[in-house]
Amino acid sequence: MKLWRTPFDQAEKAARPPRVLIDKERCKGCGYCVEFCPRGALEMSEELNSKGYTLATVADESKCLGCDLCDVLCPEFAIHVVSNDNES
Amino acid sequence: MSEDGVLCGTFFMNGDVACAEGAISAGCRFFAGYPITPATEVAERMSERLPRVGGVYVQMEDEIASMNAVLGASWAGMKAMTATSGPGFSLMMENLGLGVMLETPCVLVNIQRAGPSTGLPTLVAQGDMMQARWGSHGSYEIIALVPSSPQEIFDLTIMAFNLSERYRVPVLVMSDEAVGHMSEKVVIPRIAPKKLVNRRRPDVAPERYLPYGPDRDLVPPMAIAGEGYRFHVTGLTHDERGYPVITDEAQDHLVRRLVDKIRLNRNNIVKYEEIAVEDAEVIVCAYGITARIANFAVQQARDEGIRAGLLRLITVWPFAEDRIRELAQQVKAFVVPEINYGQIVLEVERCAAGKASTLLVPHMGGGVHPPQTILKAIKEAVQ
Amino acid sequence: MTSTVKVEGNTIESLLRVDMMPHIWCAGCGIGPAVGCFIRAVGRAGLDPDKMALVSGIGCAGRVAGYVRLDSFHTTHGRALPFATGLKLGNPELNLVVFSGDGDLMAIGGNHLIHSARRNIDMTVICINNFNYGMTGGQLGPTTPLEARSTTSPYGNFEYPFNVPYLVAASGATYVARWTVLHTRQLERSIAEALTKPGFSFIEVLSPCPELYGRMNKQSKGLDTMHMYQERSIVKDGADPKDVAITSDGPIVVGKFVDIERPTFWDLCKLVLDRACEKKKQ
Repeated sequence: MKLWRTPFDQAEKAARPPRVLIDKERCKGCGYCVEFCPRGALEMSEELNSKGYTLATVADESKCLGCDLCDVLCPEFAIHVVSNDNES
Repeated sequence: MSEDGVLCGTFFMNGDVACAEGAISAGCRFFAGYPITPATEVAERMSERLPRVGGVYVQMEDEIASMNAVLGASWAGMKAMTATSGPGFSLMMENLGLGVMLETPCVLVNIQRAGPSTGLPTLVAQGDMMQARWGSHGSYEIIALVPSSPQEIFDLTIMAFNLSERYRVPVLVMSDEAVGHMSEKVVIPRIAPKKLVNRRRPDVAPERYLPYGPDRDLVPPMAIAGEGYRFHVTGLTHDERGYPVITDEAQDHLVRRLVDKIRLNRNNIVKYEEIAVEDAEVIVCAYGITARIANFAVQQARDEGIRAGLLRLITVWPFAEDRIRELAQQVKAFVVPEINYGQIVLEVERCAAGKASTLLVPHMGGGVHPPQTILKAIKEAVQ
Repeated sequence: MTSTVKVEGNTIESLLRVDMMPHIWCAGCGIGPAVGCFIRAVGRAGLDPDKMALVSGIGCAGRVAGYVRLDSFHTTHGRALPFATGLKLGNPELNLVVFSGDGDLMAIGGNHLIHSARRNIDMTVICINNFNYGMTGGQLGPTTPLEARSTTSPYGNFEYPFNVPYLVAASGATYVARWTVLHTRQLERSIAEALTKPGFSFIEVLSPCPELYGRMNKQSKGLDTMHMYQERSIVKDGADPKDVAITSDGPIVVGKFVDIERPTFWDLCKLVLDRACEKKKQ
């Protein structure tokens, strides 16, 4: 969204995208998080874990809204969406 | 009636009713059952008495549900019981095994009737004795008590609850239709609370509690649902945490403990009554209603100069192996009358190990032995 | 970023047996999301986990008891409901949840299901319906759609399946709902409602089974089944349970179908026994 001037407390108050933490050893590469993220913030990577599953990874963290859908939908409890904001 | 609901006094009472009263005296406050002749009167008595003593009676949709409800109630902290006969006993087998595996205290009463299958629903037999030991799948050990009178079914039901709480195992009361449906004098005493055994509770904080971490007697302390222990228990082979572990090491460790906790403690469990065995040359080994007739036959034999004795089994499982082995050194023969085509006789024969001969006196079921058949067998054995 | 960081204070983790993770369910299995919704529902409903107990049967869904950090019981096939009945009647303060699968609850456990609903025992039943017997390799079950393939219907299933909400509602359940695991928010809300509502509550949760049912029925990836839910599911709260049968290609009706009030087993027990005591006094 375009603002006509930068708010004075921008640095302090601007919302930062949450961090999306994906547990490598739990992920089984089912692809639900990638498919259903409304912003396309996740993608399948080339990386394999020790069990041979292809892991999901964050493609573009700035796109994350913190809607938590990936966290809620992950069948492995492998994703934790953690707020990055000062006020939380 | 005392304030804890026990019906103290002297009564003329039938075996089924005495069984129910024994349960209430033992502190049982949950009964789940399904009607089946000749055990129905246990359920009927419990449905009448339990609501008045703050207990719960529920009639489940079948015997399988009954056995499971009893296990559930035990895990909620209650002393729980069910009663059935042959066909229902067969249905309960799988979940009797669950009770053994989860180590759940509870009592299962079988008022035996003639089988196989529907058989003679209203008539006596003792045909489920081996099933009591081996009816569920897998290797396990069980405790089974056999009363010979309504007074004894009252007493042994209390003993069954005590043993089940002590060893965390389902205990069977293997009665029969004759004892269940006969009416005799039953004295119901005031029982001191310290005579009743309650399961050992955990004495550590929930974070350090191991559901199957046994004490030295191989019996683990038992947490119950709703107290914050957050335990998990499963019918799968498990380790001390209660979590499933699908390996042969875990199986070896668990099965040995489940069996040994009974087997190694059997001197505190095995009970029998002996009459005139000190100088006996032939011993009649009998249980349940048959033992009363055998007693009469033994007296008659003595009157005729035969040195006969009676070993009346009170616990049938674990079997009185040590005593039979001892007596086998002394006697010429064991005579085993039972209302089946030979079940406990196999145990007697096994333990006698050829040192004494074993003579079965079978009755297929539907009635009890006339004393003459037992006396005849005693005479035959002595030759 | 992808990492192996465990997050402290996460409410999901506090009700999971993290020492048992990763769990045994296949990639894309819907049981994981269903358990996640359940755990969040416990928080949403404000329940005390120490006063809860979870009972499951045998099957993939039966393994839930081993992964949830409540007093939990993994019992025999089909018998979770009578076990839970005994637990509840033994301690009425317990908030009881039964978590099991379509085969365990509807086939071998079918009799116990209709009787538990009939008695209106206060408990919440979550039935994961993946249309086959997963744990044993993908055999047909009482919810397998007509003509679907399974390892025991290699030519196509020729038995009618149950209309699960209809059966349970007809038996007397006071809360009946169906969701798919894609409807995570609604499922969480529904479970929270059921957990706090007295009486027999039943929630059918449709789940992908990519390795077995899915693979044999042209949905070899969990995503295929999830896309099917997106295309074919329609939310109809208050729909008549008799109209929500699942067919091979018709709409999948989800929603809250039944939410009524009826005295529970305990309510009736007290009513009848109190009345009997009154009569005796008179």
